[in-house]
Amino acid sequence: MKRIVYREWRIPPSRYWSLLALLAAVIGIAGLSTLYVEHHGHWVTGMNNSVVWGMPHVFAVFLIIAASGALNIASIGTVFGRTVYKPLGRLSGLLAAGLLVGGLLILVLDLGRPDRLIVAMTTYNFSSIFAWNIFLYTGFLAVVIAYLWSMADRKGWPYNYSIGSFAMVWRLALTTGTGSIFGFLVGRDAYDTAILALLFVAMSLAYGLAIYLLVLMFSFNEDQRPLGEVMLKRLKNLLALFIMVMLYVVLVYHLTKLYGAKYNDIEHFILLGGGVYTLMFWFGWIIIGSIAPLVLLYHPDYSQDRNWIATACGLTIAGGFAAMYVVIIGSQAFPINMFPGKTIVAFGAMTEGNLIASYLPSLPELLLGIGGVAVALFITAVGVRVLQFLPESLADNVIDPHYKAS
Amino acid sequence: MTYASHSHSSPDAIDTPDSIDAVDTDRRQFLHYAAAGVATVALGGGAVLTTLTATAEPRTTPVTSTHRWGMLIDTTKCAAGCDACVTACERENGLNLQQSPTDDAADWADQQSAWIRKVTLRDNLTGQVTQLPLMCQHCAEPPCVDVCPTGASFKRADGIVMVDRHTCIGCRYCMMACPYQARSFVHQPVAQKLTQVPRGKGCVESCNLCVSRRDDDRQTSTACADACAASGQGAIVFGDLNDPNSPLHQALAQVNSRQIRQELNLNTGVRYAGL
Repeated sequence: MKRIVYREWRIPPSRYWSLLALLAAVIGIAGLSTLYVEHHGHWVTGMNNSVVWGMPHVFAVFLIIAASGALNIASIGTVFGRTVYKPLGRLSGLLAAGLLVGGLLILVLDLGRPDRLIVAMTTYNFSSIFAWNIFLYTGFLAVVIAYLWSMADRKGWPYNYSIGSFAMVWRLALTTGTGSIFGFLVGRDAYDTAILALLFVAMSLAYGLAIYLLVLMFSFNEDQRPLGEVMLKRLKNLLALFIMVMLYVVLVYHLTKLYGAKYNDIEHFILLGGGVYTLMFWFGWIIIGSIAPLVLLYHPDYSQDRNWIATACGLTIAGGFAAMYVVIIGSQAFPINMFPGKTIVAFGAMTEGNLIASYLPSLPELLLGIGGVAVALFITAVGVRVLQFLPESLADNVIDPHYKAS
Repeated sequence: MTYASHSHSSPDAIDTPDSIDAVDTDRRQFLHYAAAGVATVALGGGAVLTTLTATAEPRTTPVTSTHRWGMLIDTTKCAAGCDACVTACERENGLNLQQSPTDDAADWADQQSAWIRKVTLRDNLTGQVTQLPLMCQHCAEPPCVDVCPTGASFKRADGIVMVDRHTCIGCRYCMMACPYQARSFVHQPVAQKLTQVPRGKGCVESCNLCVSRRDDDRQTSTACADACAASGQGAIVFGDLNDPNSPLHQALAQVNSRQIRQELNLNTGVRYAGL
């Protein structure tokens, strides 16, 4: 492999500032939405006492697991010694940090009392996986910054492998912890299983890589930097592999739940009779978000076309949001099974026929979520512009020592 | 913070929007003076002394595990169409002061705070209908306490599970974790509240077994149990699970009772008979 040269992102200033302005505007609107919700209270959202976590959590959890998945690319280069992936490491770290900050901001701003953030940072209950996650998230940022230093600074290079290995363990812990936020909930039928931790790890690999690939292709394309077929083929094959791993864990999750009669009702709800949630599961998560990208990524013609690869990434990401919608909201919408063998005719103000909790995302919460995505992209855009995160070239002859022009 | 001085006045005394802080104090004082006056006329000086000192003082000693408060709910006595417990709970805790910020009644139905829900069940095999009130079950091993990141959701030594409104950050993880859907999030600004029940937008709340009454040794029941008895049903028995001589303990000894979601092994403080 030739020596890799990293350079700042040099797209024309007008284009760059337009991009930043657009992202800043989206962030600004999200900020206003937050103020609106915090001023009036959460009644202006679609959330209620049954569906207590809504659209902000769909975005936040997606971004947080994607953050750890995005760091995976750096790990492949550092920990597993795949030199081809080493030039991708810096962007991997930057994107991971950006995605995490975006996700965390959404979580914090959706709190009932975001002004009490200092309480959350000073008062801990260590039996709470949520409290542990606060450390996992902030620690992740610190580890990523150290990792970036070890990649970019000669003084840090000797520590690169150690820090890289530590970062990989940390990111696995982070995704396991995030999955466990749901997996440790014994009271709800859709949760209460440790396989959710694995599912979140698998999802993070796929969604993190899909976002990474899109950002890489976009930034290289805008700056006319060469991105060779060898690199692209590896990454798209890796994405396909990760999607298949995720599908496998989804299958095992549902088989686990289907095996016990105890969970028949929730499985029936998600897989067959849950209306929008069933649609989200089959059409959003499985068909659009998994099968379609796999077809595109392995199709003899489409898989050679960059636009189709980008499309596959986009579909995977869309599927990721559908997955989060099913896992987070669908699972809450289904009534808690408190009285086996009995039908709930009335539950407070809710009556038979309307016991599936209603949830309709409101505009402010949607804008808050989109704002989190914009924050992630804003951090990435600023990072690549001011520091040397992007390699000048990922052309085949640069990254592959055995490359021979045919 | 003042505790439960209201509880000597009749329940109706707080069932008005003007039962909020300042106004409420005046009204309470008036009621006390009125009661004292009536007592003076009727019973003489000795009774005056009793009446004047019968104002609850804030608890000065720590809560201990000597008591474990709990309830037995006999579903066979819980009447269809009766919501006396729900109404009493709302009045006791100022939930009746909630005002809907939205015109959408369906939205509000699931966004307003409900500390007790009246639940109706139909047996899938026999069609038998069962009524019961469902509130925080005051688990000995409460999942909501385990998951709360700041420790705002906590269990007192006497078994009451409640929320410290001052450290709750409104993350709602406890609501995700509660197996009974017993908790409510305050979705709207709280314009009116009772002195002894601090409530506020953005925090989670739930049944606390009328905790301000628990800190007043002369109070022996909860608003819901009182209302249920007054309505003639007597389906709710409140008391001390630790005290073998308590009416609750004796009632539990006489009937077969169970915990809702017993398989979770949470050792709930609220037990149900006839379910």
